[in-house]
Amino acid sequence: MTRFFNKPRAVRVAPLLILGLLASPSAMADIGSRIWATGGVTSIEGSAGGGLVPWALLGSYASDEEWGGTVALSRAEVDDYTLSVTGAGINWNNRIEVTVARQTLDLDSLAFTLKDGFGLEQDELNQDIFGVKVRLFGDALYSPWGQWSAGLQYKRQRDFTVPEAIGARNDSGTDVYFSGSKVFFAAVFGRNLLVNATVRGTRANQGGLLGFGGDLNNGYEFMAEAGAGVFINRQWLLGAEYRQKPDNLSFAREDDWWDVFIAWVPDRRFAVTAAFVNLGDVATLTDQQGVYLSLQGSF
Amino acid sequence: MGRSLAKTCTILLAITMGLVLSGCQNFQREPDNSLYLQLGERSGIANIVEDLLYLIVDDDRINAQFKGINVAQFHSNLTDQLCELSGGPCEYSGRDMREVHQSMGITNTQFNALAENLILAMEENNIPTAAQNRLIKRLLPMYPDIRHL
Repeated sequence: MTRFFNKPRAVRVAPLLILGLLASPSAMADIGSRIWATGGVTSIEGSAGGGLVPWALLGSYASDEEWGGTVALSRAEVDDYTLSVTGAGINWNNRIEVTVARQTLDLDSLAFTLKDGFGLEQDELNQDIFGVKVRLFGDALYSPWGQWSAGLQYKRQRDFTVPEAIGARNDSGTDVYFSGSKVFFAAVFGRNLLVNATVRGTRANQGGLLGFGGDLNNGYEFMAEAGAGVFINRQWLLGAEYRQKPDNLSFAREDDWWDVFIAWVPDRRFAVTAAFVNLGDVATLTDQQGVYLSLQGSF
Repeated sequence: MGRSLAKTCTILLAITMGLVLSGCQNFQREPDNSLYLQLGERSGIANIVEDLLYLIVDDDRINAQFKGINVAQFHSNLTDQLCELSGGPCEYSGRDMREVHQSMGITNTQFNALAENLILAMEENNIPTAAQNRLIKRLLPMYPDIRHL
């Protein structure tokens, strides 16, 4: 078992290998046919979306007769924590997206609280996320009713000592979500408007980094998530996201998340996303705000 | 404090969006040829269509679908069609869109490829982003006919 769960170490290396492939001319031949920036970017959980919220869009540029994939490196630095994410995904026929992500949360100042309060020597928390998303129907650009997708995110906490000590019940959990995305052409001063709405069923504490379930609530709850952005032109998307969160642990209050982002997609092969994020109170440390940066390659 | 400010901002943004969107719809109701003028009238549209045809010929995803067409007639029909759609004084005299595409089996990949080439052709002709978006918006109702859905 240990051997199996060490395997995701390969997840860390895979993006580098694939980035290497991207640079080789043979792999440059064909990239998917979908319109620029309509694959979204890689969210912190690996699924295509914005930064914090999965959208109904599937990653990469694969259209209905094509394969595609993405790799991404992301980092969020807020007042007392740093979250690093390595993610990769593939997309078949713009129908099914399969993703993996490894999250590493550096506890920075919380490490002292844990040592003094709980006698725990822990300076980071790791989590692996395996995601599947299926486009059920519609096309975000061309269908009047937009594009609708459903997805699963199986999350496995790799360092459960701390989450368990603060009251989390399980070291793994599965989020299920249903999501709709639609691009309204020429909607805001002639600019295209992208709107996303997602409802998620989850037991995860802080997205799963603090385990699943807790003393205040141990069951699935529905959470509302949303995002909207305006395409300044086909290379720049400016927008904001909101993610409602459960509050399962009496140890510390959990807040909703939001962000304001700008994404730059100079080419189908490359995207950069920068954001201001507000994670609210996280594990007793209040008002966690900071910056988010994500690099994504597509093939 | 920060929380209530954020909530207020969200509400204000929603109200502004609502006003902007309803404002745009009101504009649409008046018959106007501003898009036609932004596209450079019929001659400007003819240039876009010409560049589009060059892009199609070079595009292996879709060029086979255009094999054997009468290029001059296609150019003139599509130019008339875009001219009429954009509010210009033209009349599309080609065949019904659904009928034309009936047996072509056009995939989403091919539709995307054509949309991409149209955007590139408009960029080559320095059409402003807002005008590009407005034209595509007016073309969208043809999607089910072209895809035969």
